[in-house]
Amino acid sequence: MDLFQLQRRLVDYRASLYHEDFLDEQFSQLQDLQDENNPDFVVEVVTLFFEDSERLLNELAKALEQPIIDFKRVDAHVHQFKGSSSSIGAQRVQKACIAFRNYCEEQNVEGCLKCLQQLRHEYSLVKTKLESMFQLEQQILSAGGSIPM
Amino acid sequence: METGDGASGSSSNKRPEEDEITEKNRKPEEDEIIEENWKPEEEEIIEKNKNLSVLVVDDDPVVRRVHDMLLQSIGIKAHVVENGKEAVDLFCIGLSYDLILMDKDMPVMNGIEATKEIRGMGIHSMIVGVTESDVDSEKREFATAGVDYCFQKPLTPERINFILNDLNNF
Repeated sequence: MDLFQLQRRLVDYRASLYHEDFLDEQFSQLQDLQDENNPDFVVEVVTLFFEDSERLLNELAKALEQPIIDFKRVDAHVHQFKGSSSSIGAQRVQKACIAFRNYCEEQNVEGCLKCLQQLRHEYSLVKTKLESMFQLEQQILSAGGSIPM
Repeated sequence: METGDGASGSSSNKRPEEDEITEKNRKPEEDEIIEENWKPEEEEIIEKNKNLSVLVVDDDPVVRRVHDMLLQSIGIKAHVVENGKEAVDLFCIGLSYDLILMDKDMPVMNGIEATKEIRGMGIHSMIVGVTESDVDSEKREFATAGVDYCFQKPLTPERINFILNDLNNF
């Protein structure tokens, strides 16, 4: 695939992520903040998000395995997850967190477990998508091109 | 803008309607700068901001980095801490800041407690509360504790500009 096709592919791929609500406006804000002085800012923040998310998902699983569930603790984790996902513009993850918090409030174990599954699913989807996008960007850079806006 | 006399920062000096300022009402020129004019304006803003000291208080590493970068992009090198206690400790050792971005929900000491303590120390610096959700009761609780403004995270460049414009007119 030549450079132009790669760039075209990236633009289309990015557009689809917005179109399917994987990403929202906040992600473009992050891209706008990236410049020559901080060329890896987006990858850096997204990597932080991946690390943070994995930690939170583990904590959530542990908390929901307890014989007596501390819903406040579960809610605190989901709350944090909602904050970090909204900060990078991971809209579907954020929405999954909102639903999760409702079940926490109701102290509904069944609901929480389902939400955790949903959250895991949405997170893994956006992770894959973002990683693919970064790979496309890397290929373009390696071919000597620049990332289209 | 002083937060009023008295160290406790009473809620009667707060302006709850400020919470409702939406991006619709705030369109700083920065948004509308066209390509050719960008550089000179950007340098002016960075020049103006470089003497401002800002403290970012948030337990989430993603949010910390995003807010830090947002400030960096307009020439501000923020000091970043992880919870309310770390923030209060800085004031205890005598540091001061023009602006504090205070997350509400944090372990060890949350934003409401930290704000109360900081105001209790007689500090009148601008404190902007940053909340997870857009719920009025949360914002009111934060306002009562002594924040000057309350916004939902993540902060946007427009919101930051609004805050800095207000700070510069202090």
